[in-house]
Amino acid sequence: MTAVDTQTTAPGSPSPGPGRARTGMRSVDIGAVLLEGRAFIALAVLIVVFALLSDSFLSVNNLITMTKHVAYNAILALGMLFVILKGGIDLSVGSTVGLSGIIAGVLLEGLQIESFDVVLYPAVWVVVLASLAIGTLVGFINGILVTRFNVAPFIATLGMLYVARGAALLISNGTTYPRLGGDPALGNTGFGFIGGGRLLGVPNGIWIMIVFALVAMFVLRKTPFGRWVYATGGNERAAELAGVPVRNVKLWVYMISGFCAATAGIILTSELTSAAPQLGESFELNAIAAVVIGGAALTGGRGNVRGVLLGAFVIGFLSDGLVIVGVSTFWQILIKGAVIVLAVMLDQAQQRIQRNKNAALAAASKSAPKKDSDTAVPAP
Amino acid sequence: MTTAAATDVVMRAVGITKVYGGTHALKGVDFEVRRGMVTVLFGENGAGKSTLMKILSGVETPTSGRLELDGEPVTLRNTVDASNRGIAIIHQELSLAPNLSVRDNIFMGRETTKGGLLVDYKSENAETSRLLEHLEEELSPKTLVADLRLGQQQVVEIARALAGNARVLIMDEPTSALSGSEVEVLFRVIRELTAAGVAIVYISHHLEEALEIADRAVVFRDGALVAEADAADIDIEWIISNMVGRSAEGLAPDLLDEFGEPALELRDITIADPSNPSRLSVDRLSLTVRAGEIVCLYGLMGAGRTELLEALAGRLPIQSGTVTVKGTPIAKQSIAERIQLGLALVPEDRQRDGLVQTMSVGENMSLASLLSYVKRMLLSGKAERTAVDGGVKDVRVKTSSPSASITSLSGGNQQKVVIGKVLLTDPQVLLLDEPSRGIDVGAKAEIFGLMAREARRGLAVLFATSEVGEALTTANRVVVMSKGRIVREIDPRTSNREELMVASGEAVHEADAGHETEGGQR
Repeated sequence: MTAVDTQTTAPGSPSPGPGRARTGMRSVDIGAVLLEGRAFIALAVLIVVFALLSDSFLSVNNLITMTKHVAYNAILALGMLFVILKGGIDLSVGSTVGLSGIIAGVLLEGLQIESFDVVLYPAVWVVVLASLAIGTLVGFINGILVTRFNVAPFIATLGMLYVARGAALLISNGTTYPRLGGDPALGNTGFGFIGGGRLLGVPNGIWIMIVFALVAMFVLRKTPFGRWVYATGGNERAAELAGVPVRNVKLWVYMISGFCAATAGIILTSELTSAAPQLGESFELNAIAAVVIGGAALTGGRGNVRGVLLGAFVIGFLSDGLVIVGVSTFWQILIKGAVIVLAVMLDQAQQRIQRNKNAALAAASKSAPKKDSDTAVPAP
Repeated sequence: MTTAAATDVVMRAVGITKVYGGTHALKGVDFEVRRGMVTVLFGENGAGKSTLMKILSGVETPTSGRLELDGEPVTLRNTVDASNRGIAIIHQELSLAPNLSVRDNIFMGRETTKGGLLVDYKSENAETSRLLEHLEEELSPKTLVADLRLGQQQVVEIARALAGNARVLIMDEPTSALSGSEVEVLFRVIRELTAAGVAIVYISHHLEEALEIADRAVVFRDGALVAEADAADIDIEWIISNMVGRSAEGLAPDLLDEFGEPALELRDITIADPSNPSRLSVDRLSLTVRAGEIVCLYGLMGAGRTELLEALAGRLPIQSGTVTVKGTPIAKQSIAERIQLGLALVPEDRQRDGLVQTMSVGENMSLASLLSYVKRMLLSGKAERTAVDGGVKDVRVKTSSPSASITSLSGGNQQKVVIGKVLLTDPQVLLLDEPSRGIDVGAKAEIFGLMAREARRGLAVLFATSEVGEALTTANRVVVMSKGRIVREIDPRTSNREELMVASGEAVHEADAGHETEGGQR
């Protein structure tokens, strides 16, 4: 091209030497690797500590039970991951768990239609679809509030937290639907199998979590939509200018979150074979905690499925482990809070290291054609 | 300006070295700041200018070497320490709180108090008014900074530095958002300050402008001070050749002389001012750009260039008029649909509108053309990689790998990624808003070389700039905009700087001198 662009380095300038730069980098790298794998390390430490403190902790039965508890939260957290990647937050998922459970309860105990004086008993698959639809609808309303009416995600979903809970209480009149087993005569049995049944000895809830995780991973990695979620969360203006349908992406992530919440609601009510309007209170906080412990940034654009699963396991095993070891509930709450804050502190440290590294690279890339082997100076 | 007292050294840096990680940002620099003089620092990004300024103002501490103030060794622990000793800095990035008023920003951290307890708003207001008047900025002290446009915010930033009564005033790119007339005011204020004995250290990428204000010129390259001279003895050529280490000849790219069919046609385009809908940013503007042609939109800030380009890309609504791309009319299309039609924008603010900082080089590069790598509903990793690798080579991004973080690239390379992203969409018309903003001389030449290459390949190129030199050397045709209209079309081969600056309202013709330029900035 022109004479100027071929080399911007001064040929005669002294070089700090590549070897020196690399050793400096390596010492940082060990810390960085430890930081990056922190959720995994935390989980390993938890398992070792509890295994030492309790003989029953590592029994197959106990591991399955704990993983079953992890599953509800993990499914919620996977939906939450999409919202947080986009740079939002969904506080309504706990209430959506309750509302979708109540919808299942109403339909399974029989839907009274007074004007015709009949009671409808829909089939289980209809119940499941209706329940999922309600959860997705809550997400849709969240999405519309955020995209069309420019309500901040925190406020929109906080509002829906109350609205969905209120709806669940209104529908059920505040009472629990205790008999979700169905009646063979009515042809609506089998709801209990969804959350209570097992496949190959593993509870269905765990299978559903695995399927959801695989699908989420696939969507985020392999579809344009997944890339759009990351781009919108990373820099909405730049994404928009690159032709990303930012509004639709936002709408969809809330619907995904609502769908996941409804799924968790169905699994829980099914396993309990009763639907209570209070079900799922404060679940949103555990879901957010799992996402954050897994290394996702609340500012959006950063996080992945593997991290979310690790985060959900850390939270679940920590809670159950403390119960098994006999630590008082009050201590459990306190410890959980400390773990969450610690996770975010470590995340900040990791980000700082990464930023410094990138700044050094940016300076090097200016003057060096390929590797950081040439004169390197940080950008001003 | 140079008086006998002006040779006094207020501040001296001796053998300053600064190491970040394994890289040397400064390599044993000796530097003097003189009373009553403007010392201008020249150098490409990463040459070490800003690092030295951060050390002088207490933001950073040197790895080795020492600072002297009035001949006494001094250690600056932090910025408060520095400002207590009369050293103030105007940062490259604006550091104002948008939720506070102009007055509260100016007095942030050093509020005037009554009895040490209550803020003395009355005297703060009066002082703010006095400073703003001095800077010829008609603003109420109580205006929220969030309501100001960028140039006004920069004026507030300058006012804040003045309020501290500094002896050494460091200005890092103070004019990047100022209009021509605001720059004039700033330069007048700088002259008043130097006359009063204040020492000014000045950094700017705008070489001509910086040379205009300079008493002394100092050039940095790769962390070392490579040349210094009195401003009266040097010219732009001297600066550039010292900055890049050789002469800057051949900066102008090869341009075509003959063009193809009209690729972009604008007829009577009107665009409302996004921040004030009752006003027009672009007023019945018509323009045709042919395939293979490079047209430069030259004008002051606020002339309507950015609004025009953003409206063409689909970010702002066009109120009336018609736009056609290769004969296809564009009206209600979304941004994505316009990209499909071959209309793509390289935005002015790279960090805000051009890059997704959380993603890799490759992911940024493929973002706008993602749907063309979809096979059976899924992203084909192979197709995407092939496209990205091709793009990285095509625009010559210097990166260790396409999976490296975009923030690990220098400004010039980041800009190349943005251009590469746009080129991967296979555009017919390439729109670029200030494509050389914030990048160094070498990368600038590469960017304009890319523009010329794409024009030779048959693209129509429309770009906006506020640098006269760029307008005259890199385009087939220069269209001068002022107050939302085209005021003049200029053939750069037969024109010169003065003609361009007079046309844009930037420089006033000697015959009709006055303050008519003021209106040109909006």
